[in-house]
Amino acid sequence: MIEPDPYAEEDIGRLLGLLPPAPEGWVRAAQEIPAFRSMLDDLVTRAEADEVFQATLIADLEAAIAQAGYEPEPRAIEAVRRQMRARSDTES
Amino acid sequence: MNPEHATSRLSDAELVRRCREGSAEAWNELVERFSRYVYAICSRGFNLNAEDAEDAFQDVFTRVYARLDSLRDDSAIRPWIAQTTRRVCLDRIAAASREEPVDEIVPDQAGPSLDEIDEAFAVREALEELGDPCRDLLDRFFARDESYRTIGDELDIPQGTIASRISRCLDKLRKEFEGRKPGPQSSGDK
Repeated sequence: MIEPDPYAEEDIGRLLGLLPPAPEGWVRAAQEIPAFRSMLDDLVTRAEADEVFQATLIADLEAAIAQAGYEPEPRAIEAVRRQMRARSDTES
Repeated sequence: MNPEHATSRLSDAELVRRCREGSAEAWNELVERFSRYVYAICSRGFNLNAEDAEDAFQDVFTRVYARLDSLRDDSAIRPWIAQTTRRVCLDRIAAASREEPVDEIVPDQAGPSLDEIDEAFAVREALEELGDPCRDLLDRFFARDESYRTIGDELDIPQGTIASRISRCLDKLRKEFEGRKPGPQSSGDK
């Protein structure tokens, strides 16, 4: 018995259309995740050694980032906050 | 050629191994390879609005990066990313609508199903194998929704030949795709 052709060319075209490119800015931000992870690791190391810094990190992330010598730009703050959530999810 | 196409074709397992070793280049490629897939699940499969979809997209890759060590089977990165994306999207929907239990939330029925998005990803992988010029042409027409005029200008080909080129490339892609039907895969979680 001959099986029907499961994929006509229009089906292939329709499937290609389901995967448009993600916005470039989103992709770039995701590619920067390792850099922000290094920043978070540094902040955590400092917090473990310094209770005052630890309190700042918990109360005011932006101030903690600046105090540690990084530029407290919004995307850095958001990326570190996101990584803190992921880290907390992983540990729980 | 799109910059996105400049990535090498390492196997998924090799790519994951290099990411785990700290290769920034490998991580960039992993994000490139799965960005459309994650974006489609968030924005089309679950129909999240642009703001929620962007948050979910970043959450997914943040979790993937944080948990790469927990992946049991490196070649199962795609289903693992799919599962992570589904969880992130469901969490986001549940957070926005606390009165609705997460178990009762299903992807938007008007959009493509998650199975269709998986199928689309498999077609996309076949397209990568096909290479240029077909890869670029089909991507521009079907995924980027570019007009014949834009494609003709960008690729420096006569507009009158574009339809026949697309048809020939689709035929090649169909054959390539049907020659590499994927088998079922586990989620890869430990």
